[in-house]
This record gives sequence, structure tokens and C-alpha cells, in this order.
Amino acid sequence: MVEKTPILDFFTYAFLLLGIFIVGFPILYSLIAATLPLEEVVKVPMPLIPGDQFFVNMKEAWSRGDLGTQILNSVIMASGITFGKIAVSMIGAFSIVYFDYKFRVVAFASVFCTLMLPVEVRILPTYEMAANVLSPIQALCNLLHLEGLLSWFTGNDITIDLNWSLLDSHSGLILPLVASATCTFLFRQFFLTVPEELCEAAKMDGASPMTFFRKILFPLSKTNIAALVVIEFVYGYNQYLWPLLVTTNPKMTTAVIGLQNLIPQADDLPEWNIALCATLLVMLPPVLVVLFMQRWFVKGLIEKEK
Amino acid sequence: MIKRSFFKSKYLPYLLILPQMVVTLTFFYWPAIQGLSQSFFLSDPFGQKSTFVWFYNYKELFTDPLYLKSILTTFVFSIAVAFVSLSMGLFIASMANRALRAKALIRTMLIWPYAVAPAISGILWLFLLHPSYGIAALGIKKWLGVDWNPVLYGGDAMVMIVMASAWKQISYNFVFFMAGMQAIPKSLIEAAAIDGASPFKRFWFISFPLLSPTFFFLTVMNIIYSFFETFGIIHTITQGGPGGSTNILVYKVYQDGFVGLNLGSSAAQSVVLMSLIIVITFLQFRFVEKKVQYGG
Repeated sequence: MVEKTPILDFFTYAFLLLGIFIVGFPILYSLIAATLPLEEVVKVPMPLIPGDQFFVNMKEAWSRGDLGTQILNSVIMASGITFGKIAVSMIGAFSIVYFDYKFRVVAFASVFCTLMLPVEVRILPTYEMAANVLSPIQALCNLLHLEGLLSWFTGNDITIDLNWSLLDSHSGLILPLVASATCTFLFRQFFLTVPEELCEAAKMDGASPMTFFRKILFPLSKTNIAALVVIEFVYGYNQYLWPLLVTTNPKMTTAVIGLQNLIPQADDLPEWNIALCATLLVMLPPVLVVLFMQRWFVKGLIEKEK
Repeated sequence: MIKRSFFKSKYLPYLLILPQMVVTLTFFYWPAIQGLSQSFFLSDPFGQKSTFVWFYNYKELFTDPLYLKSILTTFVFSIAVAFVSLSMGLFIASMANRALRAKALIRTMLIWPYAVAPAISGILWLFLLHPSYGIAALGIKKWLGVDWNPVLYGGDAMVMIVMASAWKQISYNFVFFMAGMQAIPKSLIEAAAIDGASPFKRFWFISFPLLSPTFFFLTVMNIIYSFFETFGIIHTITQGGPGGSTNILVYKVYQDGFVGLNLGSSAAQSVVLMSLIIVITFLQFRFVEKKVQYGG
């Protein structure tokens, strides 16, 4: 950079190669294992020359793990979370930044408080909530003795039993993860940097708030949205604990969860080649998203967290 | 903060904030309140009746040797993960920052593990470190002479989950260290070079101190990551075993609540975790505000 340091430069590249190798080795090794027949995989040590069973193993893994259904579920979940989060936070931030109303500070503070409260710390009550989304209303009814009141009023026996379960459904996988303080923040920060003149000009031309949002704010936010799409897609696809809880039906479960059934346990046939094939297939969608949208990914990651 | 020029509308802003509020209330506040109240009740496993017991669940929790062990395990685990992934990330980033050729390729090769799910990273490392088939396990047995078996020995299992968790996190740290290094003004480095400071000295006395806010931020993020997101790794490869040696707090909440159906205790554990997160977040905000303005 500033001076010539040939020896140091050599070591720089050597270490970089070593680093890339360390980072890449687990995948490379699994890729080789995925091409071998069973009797080769269990050899100790496993041969490091790829075999010719790749497509055979892939086919087996695909049908055994029901990967088609599960990867589809994962993609639906990831897209739902991505779209939901971005839509909800964007209009929320628009409301907080561009309007003046009484409730504004309260709304902002209540969203702020949920920052960094991952679903993992409130799993049980959130699960109960998902099992019956209407439970708060039910609790309110019980508190007010609405049942007795209505029965007395109408003269019939009326029981209020509100029940709407999100378990084993796509909405159950998506909705609880849609709330996001970080996305709201990102959009708020961004909207605050948008020049005041744009809004003034739009108002002068008689644009309604929604026209301003659609015609000016939305096009300006495009790179931010692209960045968030990458981050949130990866986040949604890789969720573990929540899908594990809300889905019991194997047709509804996500790919990352489903993989566990394919790992050979102590008494099983050690079919690691099949298990690793499935693992590599499941891994592919988010990796491709990150690789192809790398520029936005790096930008999104840094802006979201800072 | 609000814009100097803003819109006036009677109902539109409420309508716009409504979805966010509904989701936040139903999936954050209501469960949080439920969890908090549940932690003061003792219920039988069939959910028939529950009794109000004040702080009994908490008292039980903090006198339970298994829970105290889990706390210790969590701290050892998260410090190890943070240390391994931060040092690797910083090392690779400082090397990549020096590289002049093939920059884009190097970056691409280093950031993709970010997209790998923790559970998948767990499976890959289980295969590498598998006592009978893993090639890394073979190396450890042969060259270090250790009787390596993460299925039987707690210490080995811990090393395995630390490796699986840290590996995935290296690329995250790499991205932030790279960004931090590129934000350091070139003039500082050049001035030091003119004064005769060697590349190592420049790194140690200029880059490293200027990276301290990044460093702090990443430490917090890594600890939070290893507290919560590593659930997938534990669940796929060790299930908290052997003998509870990898039973970190978040896994214990799940086990006690969903497998053991001890609702009161699980709720109390959730509240403890929640308070922990709140403390960490608070510390981060205070620290970042004080420290981040280093100028330049």
C-alpha cells in the first residue's frame, strides 16, 4: 500500500488462501462425501477423490427427505417474513416520520422496546399465543364477565369461545416473525435523511401523503429495500426454533428442521452421503441469494446493525 | 424526530402504524406479559390449575444445580465462540484489507457462510468431527493423541459446538471488520508509514484502536448470537448432551417448557433471559454513544 513489502505480501496471500480454505473446507468435504457410495463414505479415512454417485444420492435425498415440499415451505416462509417485515416497517416508519399525531411518540417507544428481543426468549407464551391468536380478546371477555352478562341480557346460555389457531400453517410460521424493530429503525433513519424540499414540493403540487409515498419515497428506498430483502430472506429461511414449535405435520415443516431426520443416529445405517446431499441442497437457496446480491447484502448488513 | 414539513391527516397515520402495532402487541407484549405472570405461578403438568407462588420459581431456579451449571456452560460457550470467531474474523479481514488483487473474489469466498443456517453448520461439523467417520476427528486422534469422542465426552462436545457456531459467524465478523478498516482514514496510515512505523505497528497502534467500537459492537452481537441463534446447532447435533454438558440456557428453556412441561420454571427462565438481553442492549447503547465518536 505505502511501501514495498514482498515477504509480508506473500504471507498475506498465503494466509488468505488458508483462511478461505478453512472457511470452505466443511462444504468441500461434504460435497465430496455427497458424491460417494455408502461403502466409501464409511471408510476411515474417507477418500478425498469425488465419486460418481452424486445424482443417485441427490435423488435419494430428495425423495427421502421430501425436500421438494420442505424447501417450498421454507421459501414461502422466508418470502412471507421478508415481504411482511418490509411492508409493515416501511409504512410504520412513514407514519412515524411524516405525520404529527398524539400517539406518535408512544408508538415509536413501544416499537423501540422490542428491539433485540428475539423470539427465543419468549417461546412458550408466543406459542400459546399462536395456538389461539384470539386469546387476549378471550381473556378480556372473561375479565368483564361478558358471557354472564350476555346470557343475562338475552336470556339464553351463551358461551364465548374464541379460537383461531396458527399452528401448522404458513401464517403461523410467518406472522410472529414479522414484527421487526430493526427494519422500522432502518427506514426511519433513511426517511430522516430524505431532503425536506421533496416533501414541501410534493405538498405544494397538491400530492396526497400516499401519492408522495408511492411516487417519491418508495423509489428512493429501492436500494434499502434490496438490502433488507437479502438479510431478511436469509433470516427467515434459516429460522429454527419457531418452525420447530409451530409445525408438527411433516408436510408443513421447513427444510432446515426436516434435515434432522436424515442424520444417521447411532443405530442407523451411516448414510452420511444421503444426509449431506440433503444438507447441501437445503443450504443452496440462501447462499445463492447472498452470492448474487452481494453488494446489497454487505450494505444491508452494515446499515441494519449500526 | 419528525420532519420539518409533515402531512396532516386525521386517521391515515393511525392506519399506517396499525399493522406494526397489532403485530407488536400480539406477538411481543402479550406473550411477554403472559410469560411474566406465568413465572409467578406453579401449574400442574396437565394445565388444570395453577397456584400463585410469588418468587418460588425463581428461588427454585437459582438453587437448582442444573440451572447454575447451564449458566456456566452458556458463559463458557459464548465467550469461546466470540473469541474464536472474532479473532478469525479480524485476522482474515486484516489480511484481506492488505490484498490488492482479486479483492471481489476474496470477499465472495469469505462471506457466503453467513447464509448457512446454524443447524446446517452443525451438521457439517458433526460430520467433520464424528468419532467414527470424521476426518478432523481422525486427525485429532492421530496427531494429538486424544481419545476424541463428542458423543461421550462433554468437553469434546463443547469444542464441537463452539467450532460449528464460530465457523458460521466468521463471515459476519469479517464483513464488519472490513467495513471498519475501510473507514479508517488513509492519511493516518500513510503518516505513520512516513514516520517509519512497520505494517505490524501500524495495525497495532492505529487500526486496532480505531476498530474498538466495531470490536465492542461485534462482541455484543456474537454473544447474543451464541446465546440464542445457536439453538439450531445444539438441537441438531448434541441435544444438550452428553450429560447436560452443552445444555445452554435457551435450550434449557425449550426442554423444560416443551419437553418437561414445567411451565412455571420455563417462564421464569424466559424472564431471566429477557432481563439479560435488556441489560446487554442497555449497556450497548450507553457504551456506543460514549465511545463511538472518535472523529476522523
